[in-house]
This record gives sequence, C-alpha cells and structure tokens, in this order.
Amino acid sequence: MKAMLVLANGMVFEGKNFGAQGTRVGEVVFNTGMVGYEETLTDPSYYGQIITAAYPLVGNYGVNGEDAESSRIWAFGYIVREACETPSNFRCKKTLDAFLKEQNIIGLEGIDTRRLVRVLREAGVMNGALTTEYETAEAALADEKLMESIRSYAVTEAVKSVTTGEPEVFNEDGSYRVALFDFGCKRNIVRCLVKRGCRVAVVPAETTADQLKDMDLDGIMLSNGPGDPAENVQIIENLRDIAKMGLPIFGICLGHQLMALAQGAKTEKLKYGHRGVNQPVTDLAHGRTYITSQNHGYAVVGSSVDASVAEISAVNANDNTVEGLRYKNFDCFTVQFHPEACGGPRDTEYLFDEFIAMMAKRKGEA
Amino acid sequence: MPKDPSIKKVLVIGSGPIIIGQAAEFDYSGTQACRALKSEGIEVVLVNSNPATIMTDTHIADKVYVEPMTPEVLERVIEKEKPDSILPNLGGQTGLNLAMALARSGFLEKAGVRLLGARPETIDRAEDRQLFKDTMEKLGEPCIPSKVVENLPDALSFAQEIGYPVIVRPAFTMGGTGGGICADEEELREIGTNGLRLSPIHQVLIEKCIAGWKEIEYEVMRDGKGNVITVCNMENFDPVGVHTGDSIVVAPSQTLSDKEYQMLRTSALKIITELGIEGGCNCQFALKPDSFEYAVIEVNPRVSRSSALASKATGYPIAKVATKIAIGYSLDEITNEVTGQTCACFEPALDYVVVKFPKWPFDKFVYAKKTLGTQMMATGEVMAIAPTFEHAMMKAVTSVELGLESMTMPTVAALSDEEVVEKLSVCDSDRSFVVYEAIKRGVPFEVIYEKTKIDPWFLAKLQHLADVEKRLASEELTHDLLLEAKRCGFMDKTIRRLSGKELPEKIVASYKMVDTCAAEFAARTPYFYSSFDEENEAEEFIAAHPTDKKKVLVFGSGPIRIGQGIEFDYCSVHCTWVLKKHGCEAVLVNNNPETVSTDFDTGDRLYFDPLTPESVEHIIATEKPWACVVQFGGQTAIKLTKHLEAMGMKILGTSADAIDEAEDRERFDELLEKCGIPRPKGLTVFTCEEALAAGEQLGYPVLLRPSYVLGGQNMIIAYNEADVREYMAIITSHELENPVLVDKYLMGTECEVDAICDGEDFLIPGMMEHIERAGIHSGDSISVYPPQNLKQKIKGTIVDYTGRLARALNVVGLMNIQFVVYNDEVYIIEVNPRSSRTVPYISKVTGVPMVELAVRCMLGEKLRDMGYGTGLYPTGDTCAVKVPVFSFEKLHDVDTQLGPEMKSTGEVLGIAHTFEDALLKGLVAAGYEMRHPTPGKCVILTVKDADKPELLDIAWNFKDMGYKLYGTSGTAYYLSKNMIACNEVRKISEERPNIMDLFESGLVDYVVSTSSKGRMPSLDSVKMRRKAVELSIPCLTAVDTANALIKCLRSKKTIRDVELVDISEI
Repeated sequence: MKAMLVLANGMVFEGKNFGAQGTRVGEVVFNTGMVGYEETLTDPSYYGQIITAAYPLVGNYGVNGEDAESSRIWAFGYIVREACETPSNFRCKKTLDAFLKEQNIIGLEGIDTRRLVRVLREAGVMNGALTTEYETAEAALADEKLMESIRSYAVTEAVKSVTTGEPEVFNEDGSYRVALFDFGCKRNIVRCLVKRGCRVAVVPAETTADQLKDMDLDGIMLSNGPGDPAENVQIIENLRDIAKMGLPIFGICLGHQLMALAQGAKTEKLKYGHRGVNQPVTDLAHGRTYITSQNHGYAVVGSSVDASVAEISAVNANDNTVEGLRYKNFDCFTVQFHPEACGGPRDTEYLFDEFIAMMAKRKGEA
Repeated sequence: MPKDPSIKKVLVIGSGPIIIGQAAEFDYSGTQACRALKSEGIEVVLVNSNPATIMTDTHIADKVYVEPMTPEVLERVIEKEKPDSILPNLGGQTGLNLAMALARSGFLEKAGVRLLGARPETIDRAEDRQLFKDTMEKLGEPCIPSKVVENLPDALSFAQEIGYPVIVRPAFTMGGTGGGICADEEELREIGTNGLRLSPIHQVLIEKCIAGWKEIEYEVMRDGKGNVITVCNMENFDPVGVHTGDSIVVAPSQTLSDKEYQMLRTSALKIITELGIEGGCNCQFALKPDSFEYAVIEVNPRVSRSSALASKATGYPIAKVATKIAIGYSLDEITNEVTGQTCACFEPALDYVVVKFPKWPFDKFVYAKKTLGTQMMATGEVMAIAPTFEHAMMKAVTSVELGLESMTMPTVAALSDEEVVEKLSVCDSDRSFVVYEAIKRGVPFEVIYEKTKIDPWFLAKLQHLADVEKRLASEELTHDLLLEAKRCGFMDKTIRRLSGKELPEKIVASYKMVDTCAAEFAARTPYFYSSFDEENEAEEFIAAHPTDKKKVLVFGSGPIRIGQGIEFDYCSVHCTWVLKKHGCEAVLVNNNPETVSTDFDTGDRLYFDPLTPESVEHIIATEKPWACVVQFGGQTAIKLTKHLEAMGMKILGTSADAIDEAEDRERFDELLEKCGIPRPKGLTVFTCEEALAAGEQLGYPVLLRPSYVLGGQNMIIAYNEADVREYMAIITSHELENPVLVDKYLMGTECEVDAICDGEDFLIPGMMEHIERAGIHSGDSISVYPPQNLKQKIKGTIVDYTGRLARALNVVGLMNIQFVVYNDEVYIIEVNPRSSRTVPYISKVTGVPMVELAVRCMLGEKLRDMGYGTGLYPTGDTCAVKVPVFSFEKLHDVDTQLGPEMKSTGEVLGIAHTFEDALLKGLVAAGYEMRHPTPGKCVILTVKDADKPELLDIAWNFKDMGYKLYGTSGTAYYLSKNMIACNEVRKISEERPNIMDLFESGLVDYVVSTSSKGRMPSLDSVKMRRKAVELSIPCLTAVDTANALIKCLRSKKTIRDVELVDISEI
C-alpha cells in the first residue's frame, strides 16, 4: 500500500506503507544511529515525533520486547528506507512491521531517506503528516484541513502524556533510596540504578517536595522526557523546592533542562537537535571526550547559566552546546546526553557511579 | 594536548613488497602518515623496499631509502639520519615487527629514538599468545578456551571441561597436519592420538571449536588522553573459520542488535584502553549466533587492512588521525576533515551499506587449492557502497573482475541440484555463488544455514536478488520491476539479456556522498557512490563549485591481483596530481579500498564505484567530463576504451584504435610488418586441433596464451603435443571469445623499455634487461637497470624499434615494449600502449617523472619542450635491480616453477652503485637469506634435460663453496659423468629414505629444480618444490636465477658492506 510523508513546506515523499494505516501528524526528526530502533521507538522522549532513520536498513534483527525502553511505542510514526521483512537474530520475536501494526503506528518505507535528512538538516525539524489516505501527493497537498493540521501542530503536554500515573517501586531491598521522576523515563535508567543497589521509586512528573519528604530518600533522579521543557511550568516550580531538600540530584536530558530552568537558566530549540549515538561530549573537568547517546531537540542556553549558580561541566565537542551542569549551591549534576544508553554507547554509565558516590557520602559511608 | 614539540624528525617504516595479507593498504596508510607528518613541519625519513609505492616518492618523504627491510639496514639508516622518533604502526606487520626488534635489542634506547604510538610491552600483550590470554583474563574478556596437552587423558579431560566440538592443533606440524575438529569424545580419541603422534614434540593444542560463530570486527582508536572511539564495526558474511581477508565483509554489522553491538564495542574499547595503544587498533570477535556469548579472537595493535577498509567505508581517515595522535594530538583537537566543522572524536554514522569482496588468484592458479580457511589467500579486494545490501553486493561482484554480471556463476549454474547441495559443504572461493545457486534452486534456508552457517539475513538478501533475476526472465518489464532491478544492482545489459527485451526507459544513477555523519552535517568531501535514488548530490556539488577548468576522468585499476598491482595505483594517482597541477579538474573512479587513489582528497572528486562500462557511463552522465584517461589503470581501465569511444568520449593520449592495433594479433602482425620489425612466428587458433597443427608447423617449444591477457594469465610453454592438449582442454572449458595465440618460443635475453611519446618524439627513461631468459614472465624476472650485457648495437636497435612503433601507433603517453634478443637479433614480444609495472621504479631511479611527462604529452605539450630530451635518456651512476616476491607459502598446491604465467605478488628494488651490490640488496630485500655452507649442509639439484649443460657451472660453484651435492637419478648421473661428484637421492615415489627425508633433515640450504612439465600438484617435481616452500628453503626454478644468486654468494659481501642510497639524492 502506498504511503507518504507530507511536510509543512509542501514537500511530499511517496513510498510504501508498513505498520498501521491512517494519517498522523507530528514533528519530523531524524536519528543517525545504525542499531537500536526498538529502543528508539519505545523511548518516551520521541512522543509527538515522526522519526526518520538515517541508516537505510531497519528491522534487520527484528523486535524482541526485551529491548523496549518503555511499555509501548511513543513516536508518532516511523520512516525508513527499507523495513526488513526477514529479520534474523536469536532474540527476534516479530518483524518491525508487525510491531508497528500492533502498536498502531504508521510506517513509511521506500523513500530516499538521505534526501529527507538533508531537508531536515537544512530547514530544521519540520512538522509533517504520515498518511496512507491519499492517492496522490497533489490530493494531500490540496487538502487544506490536513495542511492546516500540519502547520499548526506543536508537541504539547508531552510530559503529561507519557509520565506514569502511579508510583512504582523497583528493588524494594536496595540500599540507596532513590526517587526517580518519570518525565518519560527510559527503563534503562531504572536498570542502571538497580544494578548499583538502589531502591528505585518511580514517581509522577508533578510530584512535589512535600510528597517526597516522607519517602526517606537518599537521592533524586530526574529522567529524560519529551517536548519543550519550558512548557512544564509546574514541574519547574516544584524542582526549585526539591533542590532545597538537600538530597543528591542527578538529571538526564529533560531532567537536566528542567533543573536548569528551575535555577534561572534558559532553554532554546535547536535547529534539528541531536539524535544519534555518536555525539562527542567533552567533560571539561577532566578534558576527556566521550561518545554519547543523545536525543534532544532543546538545549540549555550556555550564556544564560549564571556562573554563581552552576558551572558548565560538559559541552558538545561538535557544536559547543551545553551538555552538563554542576550546581554550586546544592548537590546536583545534570547531563543533556544519555548515560543510560540503550541504544548507544555505555561509555558514560560511570555517571551513575558518581551519583551513588554522592549518596554514599551523604549517608556518611566511605 | 597539542603536538609534542620535541618531535622533529621521524622514521616511517613501510611494509615492503606486496604479499598476500599485506597489500597496497599500507601504501595508503603510510602515505597518509608521511603527509600528516610533513604538514606538521616534521622531517620524514622513509624506509621501504617496495618501489611501486607512492610513499617512496621523494615529495612524500624527505629522505627515501628503498632498501632491504632488515634490522641491520634500519639501524644504519637511523645512525645516518638520526631521527628522534620512529612511527612503527602504519607499515603493517613488517613495519611493526622491525620496530619491535629494534626496541627489544635495546638499539632504539641506545640511539635515543622514541617509539611513537606504541610500546613494546603493549605490542607483546597483543601479539604473544600467552600474554594476550593473560591480558584478556585480567580484563574479564573471554578468549577461545584452549590448552596445550601432551597426552590423551589430559586432552579428554580438558575437552570435557570446555565442551565439544573441539579443535586439535598439533604443535610444529606444517599447515595444521594431523589436526582437526572433533565433535565428540570418540573423534577426539582418534584425532588426538594421531595428532600427538605426528607432532615432533608430541604436543597438541586443544581449543574450543567456534566455527560457525559470527565474526565481527571493530576498528577502534585511542589518544594519549585516553579518549576512545570506534570508527566502524564490520560483520563477516562468512562465519568464523574463514580468514577475514578471505571473507565477504559488510559494514556496518547487520544482524546485531544494539545490545550485542554495544557489548562488543565496550569490549573493544576496554581492550585498547588496557593495551594503552595511542593510535588505531583492530579487534576481532566471535559471537555465538544464539546467545550473547562471545570471544576475542585477535587484536591487531596497528593500522591494518581492516582499518583501510573502515577508512574508505566511513570516510574517516584512520591512518592520518593515528599519525596525529602519535605526535601528541588528542582526538578532540583534530578536525574531522570531511565536515570541516566537527571534531575527529566521534563515531562515523553510515547511511549506506558497504560490501567488501576478496580478489583471489585462483583464476590464474587453476591447480591451486581454493579451500578457504585460516590462511588468507586473497591478493586484493574490492569495496562497494550502496543504499542496500543487494546493490552493494552486486556492485562488488561486478567489480571483482570474474566476468560475472550477477551472482549466477556459469560453472556453478551447470551443476545438478545434488551437486549444488553437496558443494554447500565446501568452503571455497565459490561459496557465495554456490549459496546463491542453492537459493535459486529452492534449497531451504535451514539446509543452507546448517551447512554454511551464513546468517539467514544474508540468505534472505540473496533470495531477493534471485527473485529479481527470475522475475526479469519471466515477467513483463514494467517501470517498477526495472527500478527494483536497478536498485538491486542489475546492469542494463543483464536486464536486457534476462528479459530478452529492450529497456522501456533509461534509469540514470544519482550519486550520494560519503560524509561520515549520515547527512547530519553539511560535508565538503567530494566522495560519492551511485544509487538509483532521487537526489543527485554529485550534481549539486558540481553546480556549487563552478570552474572553468577542463574536467578529466581518471580510471583506477581495481583490485590488486597478480599481474596488476599497486604500480597502477601509483600511476593513476600521479596522473591525477599532474592533471590538477596543469589546470584540470581530475575526477577519480576506482573500487579498491586499499589504495591512495580512493583517498577522497587525491582527486578533485572520487567516485567509489565499479569500473564497468555501465557504471562509468552513469558517472559520465553526471560529470560530463571533457576527456577520460585510461592509460594508467592497467588492463581494467584499458578494457573500458572501446565503450568510452562508443559513448563519444574523448580519450586523452593514445587512441582506442591504436590500443586495439597493439592487442589484436592480426592487426599487430600487420603493423610489425609495416614497421619492418620481426617477432617470433605465431599463429591464431580456436580449437585443440588447430593448436596441434600450429605446434607442428612452428616447431616445439611453443608459447600458448589467450589474446587480451594480463600478467601472462593462462600462458604456458608447450614442449610437446601432450602439453598442448592439456592446455587447450582447460582453456576451452570457458567460452572462447578471443582466439588462443601460438608463438614460436625463442629462449633469448629479454629486455624491456618504457617510453613516453608525444605523437612525434619519444623518450626512453631507461632500458631494462632481465636476468632470466625469455619464457619467464617479465613480472617474475629479476630485472636490471641499466642493462649489463647488451651490445651497443642491440640497444640501438631497441631504441630504433621503439621509435618506429611509437610513430606507427601514434602513441601519446606511455608505452611498454618487451623484446627478446636471440642470436643477436631483436624480436618484439609484446607492446602495451599504456603504463606498466616498471614505471614507478624507473621513474625513481632515473629521476624522469614518467607519468608527469606522459600526462603533459596527453595534454598537448611536446617532449622536446620538457627538458628531459628525446630518445634514450642518459644512464646515471646507479644500478637498480628489481626482484620479484612471491606468496607461495600462502597458496597450497601452486607450483613454484617460474614460467610465462606471472606468479609474483610484489617486488622489491635493490639500488646501489654497482650491479653486484644492487643485486645483493635486491635478493636480500626479497627475502633470500644468503646462506653460506656450514658442515654437513647440502644443495639439491634436479633439472630438466635442456638445463643440464648449464647446471654444470652452478653445481661446480656450489661444490667449490663447500656444499655437498644431491641430485635425482638423471641429474646426479649427468653431473657425475661430467666429473662433478653428486650423490643420488631417491625420488618421492621411491622407497624411503628418499628426497623428502633429506628435506626434513634440515641440512638443505638451496634447491635448484626445473622440470619440463609443471603445474599439476600430483607431479613429484611440484611436490618437491612445495616441500621447499613449506620448509622455507630457497628453491631456484631457473638456471639464470641460480647463476645470479651464486654470483652474489661468491662475492662474500654482506648487506653491511653496501652503501645506503637515499633516492631523493639521485
């Protein structure tokens, strides 16, 4: 069946449908990772977005369920050059097509994805619609209702849409009691903490300092998540109080941005973001550069960081954007990239060890 | 960490001659290294015995020593040049081993020379089996479990511990004799007992058998700060068991999930960090297909063949970055030259698929064992880039010059279903084609997987190709089918042939850029590959870089193979540079990842694509060049001439018609007649009967060869009718498009010239004389510049004939002519109106920049205005001896006897002020140990009747030096009859102890062996020569070579007595 991507600028990419059918509007982004599509699709940070895979062959090792970073696909659509119908891997349970069908996500394949990536790189991320409901590109473009829905689309209430409703506890007997804010949390953050002996209580995004008080916590973890950080006014407000609790805090991605906003810095939307598993980040304290997994469309504005509040601890070695902040007046460090990886390199997983060390120190352990 | 200011002068060690396993990739990496050093203002001293390399150009390094690569020579170079540092890890295993030898002996420390990029302890920990195991154990990285045992109970208990199947590897037996895979205890009892018996020290290694696991490689880099990255990972189509150099390799990996990918990536980074390597490193893993279990197979602590492949596959210049790291920079301080804005401390993202396909020498060595295993046999490789695996695979298959248009191989297609299934179990160079055929015949994947362990993902892709091939033959050729076929890499002519129809439309290729970042950043590299997608980035790039310059397409020479080696890359690259220097825009097309020509900054643009007529046609459609150059890319480029002309392309230099005139037998005969130049009498035949009649008419011996040959492919000397019959049976088993040539064989002195011609005048920079008489391929002969024995009159005739031919063919550019001097008459053997194997070395020793002058002629300049004169260029005071180098120990069942078919894989050059010194250098550089007799040592002599008279002198000399002589019955009898005492030794077929036992005794220093028949592995003489190869005993298969060697031995000089020559001072 025919499917197409209709972009806000009037460009249309026509190809073949896989996965579900219908029409879905979203923000079209690209990811350059060559493996890890199951992790990507199930990463809540992609809420509201239609993902383009820059690597042409997707679905080669199928979908296994074990690698999912959450319970479902959060992305609004998936565009690949070639969706593999004959995957091969010992853990493979189903094809990419079956996975998308099951999750009711529209897929488009058979287009020149490199061309699309170049369009997004030059013009910046752009709204678009994946649709199987039009015979021709002209017909889609002539549908003013569709075009208007594309033009007016914005990812809103993103965190609300993906955060957990109910608190959930992992590793009840863990020795460090951590509250993990679920702004759209990837499972591997939980795994990384549990692996290090933490009792992880996942809490909803809008949890307040008051609600945390009685939890007898050793530390707070702020997760990744989707959308424009600045729209989360209440959460930002809450974080101001949470920062005052005196607990060690570690933030990732959206968590990093939200804490920065709470502490008076600003965020901005990047032209086309960082989405891939090969982003170099220089740790300014040690001068080492690490390869990191990233997925963000917004970043903390470096010049907006008040040096008396926080120091920029890491920057992107390619474009010098802020990748890490270390706060001066309370026990907190945050990073823009994903030390929990999945998919991507695990080179910065040691940051979880640093977080553990902070908690240990506070508890008076050696 | 910026550049270390204390580094001012660096010694770079090259990799020496091209041998199997160490090919042109190290010229590529070494050249990048030298250029990176020079760009930092560091003085570069280079040592490499291989003259056909670009790195030995005097503008690449400051001081260039084309000298034997031995520790003594390096010590002398260091004493003379006093470098402060040495860069050891870009010259392959040869360069690394030499540097380590100097470090271990304490010489480097004494001389105050630093080793850059590696520490000896590090290298040992990667290369020494036990230290490597210990290191991996410390890291918690799994190795393949193995244990040395000396009795069966120990073997059984260890096997019990690690689980079956296990491999038994007896210690100190040649080529794994007596070993094998044991599926259970019963088999281990049998094979283990046998192995213990066969091992001279009664020791076997019991190793867990992981054949069938996936083979995955990672190219990793680390800098002095400890930053680590992986440049690329690769997956082998063939599972563990086939050497990665003989495997079809795909980048990036295709069947690994993120979990497996990251698991192995993390392991690779841990390893490079633990080893403390500052530079590049290659890690090979075996990954169990049905679990996360893996093992580290091997670590190469240096730039390797795989890293050259990874560089070309990703656009990331590993060698250049490794060099910068070696002199102090950290990865984050180095700019990614591809984007010009991001840093080198990142990991390339690909948005295409890369397939590497090996080039094996089996089309030449018809009797060689084609079975693939742990010993690499490929001489070269091609790489293909495309948006899909299918397209990349088809590009690779059409690039490798097997005469294939798809994966259907006629000899395999001719097999019955049963034979195909049976052949699936044979792991040889045809395997991928057999698998394809099995898929076409509907053999279930399970059966194929069971026998081959090739991942079903790959099988499914081949199935797609097979389906399209079938549909083309059976369905209507719609737009959709045509587009699908094009996107799968089917050529127009193949589609036409399969469908039996004209194409309804012409689908033209569009070009995508290799940019290291999957289009995330705007790149400025003009490095492209073809696709059948919408957007043509090459067209955009050209439009964005308007120029008034004339645009010229230069074709490279494809994969390195016997007969067409690195020298053609040298010529193509030089041609490109000269064109650029002379105001043209030079655009390169090639498919070989191991070369300088496929470096993205060599030309103004690079197309990494097949050198087929159709592929070139598509490139022309995008580039719209002013002209093309075919002269420098060997036969691969020459073959394109006709097609280019048909496309209406202007060909710079010698015309297509003249090329045809030189290659078409009848036209060539007419030409020679017109010029009044004699050639050995010859006839053209198609059938065996005609060949026999021709032999009769010309008189034996005769030379048989197909027309349009390269490197004497399939060429033999027939001494009788039986030889003719055997040869014609082989040659007629393929379809004969061109006739077979039968020539009278004249056993005279062979000479060779390369000439530059401008259509009027010609210049011969140097004449060469071969040590071996005609009958041995020029590429396998020891060649001497300037000639030592040619009379002035003969030289005059050669110059005269060269001029006549240059004018008659109206050659513009380069031309190579081979002559035979027989009874003081000069005959022409062959004319090649193109660059030749000898161009790089003659350019270097004469100082005449041959490619430059040739290209300037092609652009319309005249030789007489170039300042090098015309006619024969004056001879300098240096003598250069080129000695061929073979890779016989890597190729089973190949007869080592030299003949008209080329067998050498590479060459070295000895340069000195006298012929004797140059010869000594050449022989030492080629690996001759120059053994002198010690008590009990002997020489084995066994020659054909025709050689016996000339053997007398050789035998006498060996005897006089103090060697005991042994000969087989005929030879021993002949020598004794002529008053040279020689012991008779029994032949292989005779009762023991016989000649094989003599070989095993360790007392044999040299063997002289010639026989009228050869090739067949079952012959005694061939077996004996193979034995010599296995035991590394120098085996001379021509009396002329033997004489040359004796001359050197008798002079008593050693390499220490001969002065070093810096060719930048010639």
